[in-house]
Amino acid sequence: MLLEVRDLHVEFHTRDGVAKAVNGVNYSVAEGETLAVLGESGSGKSVTAQAVMGILDMPPGKISSGEILFKDQDLLKLKGEERRKIRGQEMAMIFQDALSSLNPVLSVGEQIGELFTVHRGMSRKDAKAKAVELMDRVRIPAAKERVGQYPHQFSGGMRQRIMIAMALALEPSLIIADEPTTALDVTVQAQVMDLLAELQRELNMGLILITHDLGVVADVADKIAVMYAGRIVETSPVHEIYKAPAHPYTKGLLQSIPRLDQKGQELYAIKGLPPNLLRIPPGCAFNPRCPMAQDVCRTDVPPLAQVSETRQSACHFWKETLDAR
Amino acid sequence: MSDNNTTTKAASVPQQRDAETATPLLQVKNLAKHFPIKGGFPIRRTVGAVQAVDGVTFDVNAGESLGLVGESGCGKSTTGRLLTRLLEPTAGSVTYRGQDISHAGRKQLAPIRSEIQMIFQDPYASLNPRQTVGSIIASPMEINGINPSGGREARVRELLEIVGLNPEHYNRFPHEFSGGQRQRIGVARAIALEPKLIIADEPVSALDVSIQAQVVNLLQKVQKEMGIAFVFIAHDLAIVRHFSQRVAVMYLGKIVEIADRDSLYLRPRHPYTHALMSAVPEADIDVVKKERIRLEGDVPSPISPPSGCRFRTRCWKAQDKCATEEPPLVQISGNLPGHLTACHFPEDPTTERTQDIILDPALVALEDEPAGGDKA
Repeated sequence: MLLEVRDLHVEFHTRDGVAKAVNGVNYSVAEGETLAVLGESGSGKSVTAQAVMGILDMPPGKISSGEILFKDQDLLKLKGEERRKIRGQEMAMIFQDALSSLNPVLSVGEQIGELFTVHRGMSRKDAKAKAVELMDRVRIPAAKERVGQYPHQFSGGMRQRIMIAMALALEPSLIIADEPTTALDVTVQAQVMDLLAELQRELNMGLILITHDLGVVADVADKIAVMYAGRIVETSPVHEIYKAPAHPYTKGLLQSIPRLDQKGQELYAIKGLPPNLLRIPPGCAFNPRCPMAQDVCRTDVPPLAQVSETRQSACHFWKETLDAR
Repeated sequence: MSDNNTTTKAASVPQQRDAETATPLLQVKNLAKHFPIKGGFPIRRTVGAVQAVDGVTFDVNAGESLGLVGESGCGKSTTGRLLTRLLEPTAGSVTYRGQDISHAGRKQLAPIRSEIQMIFQDPYASLNPRQTVGSIIASPMEINGINPSGGREARVRELLEIVGLNPEHYNRFPHEFSGGQRQRIGVARAIALEPKLIIADEPVSALDVSIQAQVVNLLQKVQKEMGIAFVFIAHDLAIVRHFSQRVAVMYLGKIVEIADRDSLYLRPRHPYTHALMSAVPEADIDVVKKERIRLEGDVPSPISPPSGCRFRTRCWKAQDKCATEEPPLVQISGNLPGHLTACHFPEDPTTERTQDIILDPALVALEDEPAGGDKA
């Protein structure tokens, strides 16, 4: 297994108390596999990824327990310098907002080339040639002419391609993409997603795709982990989860997508609000919003139950959820 | 305007408000907005113009919801701002209930302001953080000097209840609410004066998936119960399809296609509409994977839009005629009345296609040779 996150707990110490952002997350990614982590804001999907990358702000953040195994090595036990080596070369991250993740006063060629001068000790001239090659690879037209241009001279989709080029530069074995297409227009979204998926296949990388968009997930992911209030509530191969969700939260999300045959009618909506991480409800965190909640849900935290060989659901009533559709 | 003074529960106001249903509530004709670009030294002069909106024509009927979709930069938000007269148009006219308001002054607009309201995209930026929710919602009444019997506070509580918030939260500040709740406050403010038309600019796109559905339902309830007409601006095609009876697709400042919801989504004719629809990722796995149209690059700059048809630089059906002659927005043969398309070579009216259309010159260039003169 390329990456294995085991029972990860992350908390943030704030003035108002301890916010439990991640509460026992387990997931794994193999080479060439795409794991989609789906969740709303505050579900802990980005914090988990930041912990894996080692870019979590500590303090206020704190990894209180757990293991992050990357190629069988626990990243949390590594020293700063060793960790940094892995972060640069073995894993890379693509962020949502490409404009603010690129340096506005350096040309894109310099920014891509920097990776090669720092990590590979290349000369600036060679690094620039490499940058052109990478820009070609992510299909930026006229790469040779544009290598000296600055981020503001590129459109949103082009900037995101440059981010992808930078992430791929050192041929990492794991890429974490945090909402890579959220800020883009639909026609451009499709281009960028296709590109990412294709390059991933080509280089046989592991990909963690963090998103809130159910549609994007359906197209590219192999398996999916749905997060709610810092826990994984359901994991499944993609196809099965769309056909028959085994957790009421997943089911609610899928039902709240407007469908052709019910236009103009009331949409199904999950009632209530996501919980405050300072005060996560006892028992199942979803119980105040869940249509199936019973007494046991208010007292006992549901374990991740094995639904089938490949599927898990953290619901006391996963059987009923599956049957009720 | 007269019914603003009443305290009748908003929910009980029937749609008898507009007896003259024959004329549309809002008529927009050849509306244009060009933002000048200043440059030059030492004397700054106008060196060009961003043609954000360039000749759009449509009507909004009373009680109807018109969806406005398009990518960023297509001018849909500018159109919204022109309709509310937050901006003054460069050319063309906006007629509200027979009265031309395109260049109306402050005084003339005053009575109309209370009838046209706006809901903004960002529920964090559109509420004053130093005002309580009560004073935010009451301010439209204050500005227009409306004193409902029972007092403004009672009316605010009533409004809070209509939008599904606790009336007891009257004295709280915006930061105490979540994004979805703030958007509800925005809705309460917009309906406070019982307007006839609401311009909703991306009202749900900043919200989480589970909250989006709640707010869409609220808007739908408000629309039905109060008979308010909506111009619903969004980039999410699925939500627009759900909310709007009629939909207009915009591209680079122009409307390229406008039609009834069913006609547009099931029988689109304009290539751009086809491309937009096929780019939407399908969340329903059972649907047989539609073939994709992949558009080349990005939308051209609105400073110097392409001649003729503006979509031609990204269109797979473009021919010489498209560069020289701008296609008019007309009813193409085979279309239902009211389904207007601006295209010389429209697509077949279906959403099924037999093969992928891939339009990426960079991709083609890569396969042939590392060239490609396209500047995006």
